[in-house]
Amino acid sequence: MKAVILGGTKGMGRALARRLVEGGHHVFLLGRHEEDLARSVADLSVRGAEGASQVGSAPCDLEDPETFTGALDAADTALGGFDTVIVTAGLFAVQARLEADAELARRVLTVNFANTVVFCEAARKRLLSRGGGTLCVFSSVAGDRGRKPVAIYGASKAGLSHYLESLDHKFRGEGLVTVCVKPGFVKTGMTAGLSPPPFAGTPEAVAAAVLTAIEKRKPLIYTPSAWRWVMWVIRCLPRFVMRRIGF
Amino acid sequence: MAEPGVRNGEKVVSWGRLAGVGQVVSSENLEADSQGAALSRGLGRSYGDSSLPARPGDKIVQTPLSDRILAFDPVSGLLRAEAGFSLVELNRLFLRRGWFPPVTPGTKFVTLGGMVASDVHGKNHHRSGCFGAHVTWMKLRTADDRIVTCSPHVNTDLFDATVGGMGLTGHILEVEFRMERIPSPWIWMESRRVPDIDAYIRGLKDAGPHWPMTMGWIDCVSRGKKLGRGILMAGRWATPEEAPRDPPAEKRKLRLPFDLPSFAINPLTVRAFNELYYRRHPRKVRTGIVHPDSFFYPLDAIHDWNRGYGRRGFTQYQCVLPDEAGLEAPRLFLELLTRLGGASPLCVIKDCGAEGRGLLSFPLPGTSIAVDLPIRDNTQAVVDALNAFVIDKGGRIYLTKDGFTRPEHFRAMEPRLPAFEAVRKAWDPEGRLKSAQSVRMFGA
Repeated sequence: MKAVILGGTKGMGRALARRLVEGGHHVFLLGRHEEDLARSVADLSVRGAEGASQVGSAPCDLEDPETFTGALDAADTALGGFDTVIVTAGLFAVQARLEADAELARRVLTVNFANTVVFCEAARKRLLSRGGGTLCVFSSVAGDRGRKPVAIYGASKAGLSHYLESLDHKFRGEGLVTVCVKPGFVKTGMTAGLSPPPFAGTPEAVAAAVLTAIEKRKPLIYTPSAWRWVMWVIRCLPRFVMRRIGF
Repeated sequence: MAEPGVRNGEKVVSWGRLAGVGQVVSSENLEADSQGAALSRGLGRSYGDSSLPARPGDKIVQTPLSDRILAFDPVSGLLRAEAGFSLVELNRLFLRRGWFPPVTPGTKFVTLGGMVASDVHGKNHHRSGCFGAHVTWMKLRTADDRIVTCSPHVNTDLFDATVGGMGLTGHILEVEFRMERIPSPWIWMESRRVPDIDAYIRGLKDAGPHWPMTMGWIDCVSRGKKLGRGILMAGRWATPEEAPRDPPAEKRKLRLPFDLPSFAINPLTVRAFNELYYRRHPRKVRTGIVHPDSFFYPLDAIHDWNRGYGRRGFTQYQCVLPDEAGLEAPRLFLELLTRLGGASPLCVIKDCGAEGRGLLSFPLPGTSIAVDLPIRDNTQAVVDALNAFVIDKGGRIYLTKDGFTRPEHFRAMEPRLPAFEAVRKAWDPEGRLKSAQSVRMFGA
């Protein structure tokens, strides 16, 4: 596998990148901070030493769509054409802060939805031009239903999930597999301020599940897998019940 | 309001289940997180209060998310990594490649930063010294928020006070140390029963020159002739010819899903357990190849073994009795422990080699004894009495295990403390870096 990862320096993306290089795959990291990328490249290079995988990086900022083309060009050159694109990057903030700070709300909506879609479109075209591949994008269980505690963040992820589903319907026949990952609560730096619910996942467990999903060409996975049933129940709840509960 | 990455008023718990409240910060960016923080904290395996906040409002940096390897040179064995990198990962990645840390403590749930701050020692202390002896370079954030590097040749005062300095001289951000080449990822071990404590001490001294790794478990509730009987273990890395073809597999961990009631560990159950454990070992010498995990980290096999001591938790008392105190000192220590009623299921004994350069580093040439003490109403009195004995013999205690020692006792057993305090004062004149332990023990 020749994988490009946007967001591979932190959290679930970091765990996924590590698993990939330990499996001998080639990995190219995209991210905002050059020094952070360099440190992650060093880490992955040592970890991947046995599988002789190749690791590289280029700057790319999900807040700045002008960086997308250059970043994907760099990945293409370094890997000699990639077959997998993984997006784990995203912006999270708690609802109270988003309500108080309109600029932050705009950023969350733009980064998680609009810009991620623009990035996926660019990646999709390159993959399809070579006959297909895999586009694996991290959405969230927060987008499955309109919920009080994640009104804005959830909306951004709902839009993204919707786009990814459409993409999979449209292009699977042409060889492009879209994998939408919906993590539930996972213990990362992003969620370190929140108290973990039961069956909170670890980045390592998520990475393992995501790799299996990519191999099996699954269009949608919930991880930790218990969330699949939790969200099934939540999706079934009538509106008047949803309105009363704080979930 | 909760910010991602910050937990206000979070309960922080030590391995012995002492607790404090802090403002915990945790992310992949240790360099940013450490700004203005009072203390760094790794995987929380220190038993006492050394990783607990001094005051409820104190900012505590949790390091395990900062766990990247920054460089590894397969020629020299030099490994540089972020301070949150754990021994679990290190062993998972490097054992099968033929490398091992030069020194490992008895648990692999420890970060590089923690290994430096505690200047950990292992079964090979008589030969290889403490972990700090193999550290070649460190990057710290000091109390005035500067980023400083130190090594055995640069900023040596800071280096010597940081090695074994319990995180009180700066936040350890990166560590470089020299790994050891190993002939195979398996251990060749020899173990035998030893009838009493005197034979034990002789056995350790005899085995030292021949074996790179020695240690043992002793039964510290038996009295009279059986006092201090136990099992002595010696090991070395197996040669490629002796070792099995496959590398050691990841061992499955058991969990203790709930607290045992506090009365589960009492003199009777401990006596029964020790009798069984001793008898289980055959009369004759046992030799063979063992998994490195069961040799180095037997207790890691049960994930939350500290729950076995119930809600009140436990403390560990670890001291070293110098050779000059005489070979009978360990026996007198065990007799005292028995008189005090400190029944302990776990009692580990080990001989120590030369003192390291860390200003508060624990070992000195002699015998180290570690016993678990379930917390009871008389725990403070037991620790006081044991400390009085240790001071009398010229020994000292291990700060990483301690939650009960009185400051005047520590001062009496640690002639190097003024030197440490001078360096700490020079790098942190306002006393910004502190832990519950430093306030209790050093007054700041």
